[in-house]
This record gives sequence, C-alpha cells and structure tokens, in this order.
Amino acid sequence: MNNFEPLIAVFSCHYCSYAAADLAGSSRIQYPPNTRIIKVPCTGRISVNHILRALECGADGVYVAGCLEGTCHFVSGNFKAKQRVQSAKSLLGEINIEPERVQMYFMSAAEGSKFANVAKEMTETIKELGPSPLKGTNTQ
Amino acid sequence: MIVAERKPMEEILAEIEDFQKILVLGCKGCTTVCCSGGPKEVETLSTLIRMDRKQKGKEVETLEASTELQCEPESVKPMLENLANQYDVVLSMACGAGVQTVAKLFPDQRVFPALNTNFTGMAEEHGVWTEACLACGDCILGKTAGICPVTRCAKGLLNGACGGASEGKCEVSKDRPCAWQEIYHGLKRLNLLHYLKEKPQVKAWPIHPGKVVREDLRQEKAT
Repeated sequence: MNNFEPLIAVFSCHYCSYAAADLAGSSRIQYPPNTRIIKVPCTGRISVNHILRALECGADGVYVAGCLEGTCHFVSGNFKAKQRVQSAKSLLGEINIEPERVQMYFMSAAEGSKFANVAKEMTETIKELGPSPLKGTNTQ
Repeated sequence: MIVAERKPMEEILAEIEDFQKILVLGCKGCTTVCCSGGPKEVETLSTLIRMDRKQKGKEVETLEASTELQCEPESVKPMLENLANQYDVVLSMACGAGVQTVAKLFPDQRVFPALNTNFTGMAEEHGVWTEACLACGDCILGKTAGICPVTRCAKGLLNGACGGASEGKCEVSKDRPCAWQEIYHGLKRLNLLHYLKEKPQVKAWPIHPGKVVREDLRQEKAT
C-alpha cells in the first residue's frame, strides 16, 4: 500500500521524551504527523496491557519513549518498561503479529532531534510492515 | 503458593476455537501472586484472544472475571451463576484445583485450563519461583533445619546425603545445591547436629488423591 499512513501510539514519559517532543516542536524540527503521544508520569506505569490495547484499538505500531538508562526520575521505571515491551513483543509473536510493531526508545529531555528521528524511524518501520493485521477484517 | 505458567497461545487458541463467548476466569489467589492468572493476566489473555480472532476475521466476545479463590466453591458458584448464559465456555486461569472446582460445580459447562500448574513453591525473587513442597503429608522440616529433603533432594532421601554431591552441588545438576549438605550446615548452625544421629523416620506416604476431613468443621446436615 503506497499511500499507507500508519497510526502510531507513543507512550511518552513526562520527565524526558514528552519534554523532548516539546523541544522538537519549539525548535521547529519536522517529523511525521503519524504519532499520537500519550503522556505518562513514568514509563514504569506502562503495562503489557496498555501496549496490546493500543494495537487492538487501531494503532499500527506502539513505542514507549523513556528516560536514558540510569536517569529515570523514579530510579528504574524505564528498565521495567523495557522488560514489558520485550514481553509484549513475545506475546505478539505468539499470535503471529510482527513484534517489530512495538519498540522501546530512550532519550533525554534535551534531545528534541532524537525524538523527531525516532518518530521518523518508527514511521518508516511501520510503513514497511504495512497496516496492522488487525485492520482490514471487520468483526465489530 | 501454587505456581503455574500460561500455556502457549497456540494451545489455548486451539482449545477455544469453536466458541464465540469466552469467559476468561482468573483467580485472585496463588496464580495472581505468581503473575500467571490474576486480573492483569486475564486482561492480557482476553486481549490476545480478541486480537487473534480479529486477525482471522472471526467474531468473539470475551468476558473477564476473577474469583477470590477458584478452589473454593463459595467463591466460584455465585459468580458463575450471576454470569449464567453470558458465555459458552470457561477459560480458567487458576491452578488445576480451580479448573476442577468449576467443572465439578457446573458439570454441563465446558471448562478449559489456560495454565499449566507446576508446583507448590516459594518466590526466590520477583519472577523466580522454586518448588518447595511435595505435599507428602508427613512434614519433617522441624528436624531438617527447614529444608525439605523430600522436595529438594533429587533422590528424596530421608537418611542423609547419598555421597554423589560435589562441592555442595547435586550430581544431577551443578545448579542444584545438595539438600542434605544444606541440612547439615543448617543443623550445625542451630546446634542441632544430634538430629542426624536419630533413626530416620518412617514416613507415612499419602495415598493419592488425598482427602482431609475435619469433623469439627463440617456442618451437620438436617435429616
């Protein structure tokens, strides 16, 4: 599908990537408009269920953007998120959905350009994968 | 606690293939504590089932519920009676005892286990559990410094080390400490080494399936 524009849910940490997104905006850095940012107090708040629900509800991809390793405001939330993202990936594999649709990224509040690059990278990845296999069949 | 693990999704999905309304029934007891069948895991499994069906273009309705203790009829019966006619099949996320309680209370209802029940164990750390009790029915932990040779000795010996251990590890596996060596050190620490000189107890091994009857707790039935 050439004109496929993916919908990507981003779980973004209040202390880093959300501020990075803000910085990207105020620095006028361009990035694809495919992401929908959901602010969380810490990526440690994210459970596997949040990631799966986002995909079930129509996201083509999901990524969690947490603080750089070792700089989590709540000490270890980003490491917990990393484990849960890994767990979500293996669950998706079990039901034949590409695990690459879910990713974990780390960035600081000062990295507006990294936020934009990650959004570009993820949009490209999902474009290559195509629409979510949950779309196209309508059972509702 | 009873430790269980989720079955592979392929197996679960094959079990419930022919059903449309699925009650995913968790247990707030042991399987919640070992993170395999509590309300959170019920939500995960239900979502995965819906996602799988959506991919295949097949309809499904999932109902999520968790009993306090699925091995207790008084916790299961009212809940399933309240939900009557809302589901075709029960996918239980409790241990084998929970699945059987549902099956016994509702003999006309199809019940499938979503978990494999592994053992009665203890948590080493969050995410690591080890088997601790084989429910032999004749506990000798008081004589063995709180280390169970029935469970933790590969040979289940009751009269001391077999001699096969090397550097404190069992000959079966280098990851497995020799239970009797641990018992020796434990008793030494407690100044109870004389326990080892006592004759080993003859154990009253249980006959399976076990049954416990407490007459003082039974309710008299009106005749």
